[in-house]
Order: sequence, then C-alpha cells, then structure tokens
Amino acid sequence: MTKQQANWSPYDNNGGTCVAVAGTDYCVIAADTRMSSGYNILTRDYSKIIQLADKSVLASSGFQADVRALQKVLAAKHLQYQHQHNKQMSCPAMAQLLSNTLYYKRFFPYYAFNVLGGLDHEGKGCVFTYDAVGSYERVGYSSQGSGSTLITPFLDNQLKSPSPLLLPARDAVTPLSESEAIDLVKTCFASATERDIYTGDKLEILVLNASGIRREYMELRKD
Amino acid sequence: MFRNQYDTDVTTWSPAGRLFQVEYAMEAVKQGSAAIGLRSKSHVVLACVNKTSSELSSHQKKIFKVDDHIGVAIAGLTADGRVLSRYMRNECINYFYTYESQLPVGRLVVQLADKAQVCTQRSWKRPYGVGLLVGGLDESGAHLYYNCPSGNYFEYQAFAIGSRSQAAKTYLERKFESFMDSSRENLIKDALFALRETLQGEKLTSSVCTIAVVGVGEAFHILDQETVQELINEFEIAGEEAPVAEPAAPDQAGVAGPAAPDQAGAAEPAADDDTLAAPGDQGAAPMDM
Repeated sequence: MTKQQANWSPYDNNGGTCVAVAGTDYCVIAADTRMSSGYNILTRDYSKIIQLADKSVLASSGFQADVRALQKVLAAKHLQYQHQHNKQMSCPAMAQLLSNTLYYKRFFPYYAFNVLGGLDHEGKGCVFTYDAVGSYERVGYSSQGSGSTLITPFLDNQLKSPSPLLLPARDAVTPLSESEAIDLVKTCFASATERDIYTGDKLEILVLNASGIRREYMELRKD
Repeated sequence: MFRNQYDTDVTTWSPAGRLFQVEYAMEAVKQGSAAIGLRSKSHVVLACVNKTSSELSSHQKKIFKVDDHIGVAIAGLTADGRVLSRYMRNECINYFYTYESQLPVGRLVVQLADKAQVCTQRSWKRPYGVGLLVGGLDESGAHLYYNCPSGNYFEYQAFAIGSRSQAAKTYLERKFESFMDSSRENLIKDALFALRETLQGEKLTSSVCTIAVVGVGEAFHILDQETVQELINEFEIAGEEAPVAEPAAPDQAGVAGPAAPDQAGAAEPAADDDTLAAPGDQGAAPMDM
C-alpha cells in the first residue's frame, strides 16, 4: 500500500528571471517579460516589476498569481503606512515589510522569488534578495528565477561583491556608472536568454535615481 | 434640553419618542469648532477653523485624507473623528484590493452611517460624538455628505457644522445655487468667505484655518499655509470688513434652504442657537474641538 500523493498542486511556475544591481547613487532593476507554463508561452508581454514606493521597486519571478497577490498586499500596507506616518516608506523599511509578509505565509508560502531594489536613506542604491519565505539580506546585486543560475556567476565575476561575513563591513554597491550597469544587465539577459527556455521575448529595465525613475525596454530572442 | 429620567441610556426611549443620548451626542458636534463643505460639478472644498486649547499648544487636526478621491472634515470629539477616519481609510483600501477601483463615496457614507447606528442600539456603547463632512469624487461626480452621530446622512450642495456654523450656513444659503457651475477658485473663495462668517469679527489668516480640495484630476490634499494666505490676500477678505465687501455675485432672491434639511432626524431639539457664542468653546475639554 503506497502513500497517496497529491494529484493537484496549488502552484505553477511561470518562469522568468529578475536581476537588480545597486550603484553609488542609482539602482537598476530588470526582468524579462515572458510568462510560461510548462513548455508553453502564455504571453510575451507580462511585467514582473512593480513600483511600491518612491524609492522601492520589486521584481518577482515564480508563480505570477502569488506574485500579483503579494504586490497587492504590499501596496495596501504601504497606503496604510502613508496614512499613519504622512510619508512614503523607505526601501529598508519596505524590505522588512516584505520579509514579514512572506513569513506570515510560512506554511502556505507565496511562490515568489523576489528582488527588491531602491535607494536607501543616504540615496545610495540598495538591493535586497529573498527566498520564498522571507529570509533576506542586503546585497550589492542579485538574480532570481529560472535564469539566475546562469546570471549569478557572471555577476559574481563582474561585480566582485565582498563577502558579508568580512569585518569591517564593506560597501556592496558597485563603482560602475549607471550606463555601464545597464549595459551589464542587458548582457546578462542576452546570455541567459540563449540557454534558458523560460527567459526571453523582452527585457524591462527600471532605473531609480535621485532625479526619479526611468523605464527602458530591450528586445530579446523569442525562441 | 434639560436633564430628565430618560437620558441615562442610549437604549431608553423617552415618551415623546426621542433618544436623548443621541441628541446629546449631536450637541457635542455643535460645540466643536466650525467645519464647512461646498461642492461644484467637479470639485469639493472642505474648510475648517483651527481652534487651539491654549496658546502653547498646536491645533487639532480636523481634516483627514481618506483616499486620493475622498477627504473628511470633522467637528466634535476629535478622537472619535480620528478613529472613524481610520475606519474609512481601511474600507477604501480593502475595496480597492478586492475590486481594483475606487470606493464610491455614496457607499462609504452608508457604511459609516450603519456603523454609527450600531452605537445607538447597544447598551454598552455610546454614540460617536463627531459630525463628519465627507467630500469626494467618484464616477457619478463630486459629492458632499454630512454624517451625524444618529446614523443619518444627507447629501448637500454646501453645509456647515460646529459652533457658529449658522452664520456660515446663512452665507451658503444665499450663494449655493451658483456652486454647481463654480470654478475651483471661486469655490475656494466662497469657502473662505463662509469660514470668515463663523469667525465673527476675528481676522481671517491662514493660521486660523485649514482648506482642503479634491477634484477631477486633483487628488485630495490640504492646501499649505502659504497658498491659503495668498488666496486670502487675493480675495481681500482678511480683516474686519463688513460682509458687504463681497464681489458682485448674482444675488439669490429666494432663500430656499440647502438641498436637504439642515438638522438630521425628526425629533430635533428646537432650543439651541448656533449663533450664540458658546462660552463652552473656550473652556472646552481638551478632547473636544
């Protein structure tokens, strides 16, 4: 008598990849726009990125229904915060909120792999990377999703982030300029698209800096 | 209104069919400092007088943003007003979460009114001691509502609540027919004029009042002090000039009252006169405004 297994899963993986890179006075957040299910493409034009606050942008890959639900919860929480405090949430505060929100569903998680990017209190770029249940840390760059295994080693090589275990704490942000960082991100996706079937179609890039926020698109291979 | 044997509980009717506790709650609204609302086809303006309990303290917040498309001005127990504002904010947030569209103003005021009614029918509760002027925009246009502690609500073209509000109401009754097609600037001007009426001689400056606007393409926001002072100077209504100095507006002959009855509820006490400078104003308990 073998144990019966579930023949229905509440989750699905819609694929896709997210990347974020922090600079001295900017932050680049990027994600592809392909949404898939199994070996099928559901759409070539779905945004995985949402701007939660003035200085916080969230990119999430994984199960997009859970991602959407997570985005709505965070947006509602942010509105409450603004009513109470008369100001927008800072990126580090949003980072903690995201962690708590994810852990709240520890026993039925949001199937979302998140990268939060933005500017910290000093105006420096900051990137926070998460697992599905809210474990997070601040890093200089990060990649999540189906193409992350292809992108992360490349970013490690190019951006040489110091280990967070080293003391004294070293600055994790890259000394690259904004345009150099954007080019780097474009290269990452162009490469990941070649070998990861779930990544492609179009790349959406958001650049956050002192003068505000900017959006850019780049075509990717559609096969 | 005199103390009698039927006014101890909100759940006790008087032989004349009145709930005295509810009426006493509406008294609390009349003791608060004035709040005024006006609306046109496309905008709603809320204005209120800032009363401080002493020269040393800051003034109480009487206008609250509820959502981008709704704001509220209160008179009475400010603490009750704050709590109800929080309720309204949450309702708007939850509605948007579910329907991804703005909560219509008419729906919000009904929910608010139902919440107030509950407190008039429970022996362990008391009515909210605050009147709310809810101004907002939705698909059916600009709206101004008045919610009172009894659980009643009415829609208005213009209304005033709080102490000395009768003076403002008299001004509004004369001008209200022109409000629907008023421009945003004229609406604010009329709000300032109406506000000045309640000050009865005191100088109108931006430190004494707060103005908030919501309109088509304009999210609800409170105007900052400089803007308000500029508007006051522009309309030359500071100082103690007689109201004769108003700009030439077509004089409204028939003094038809505002669109809905002033007083909420059938059995309203007749005795109270808003224009009497309530001595209770200055000696009001700190929680009252």
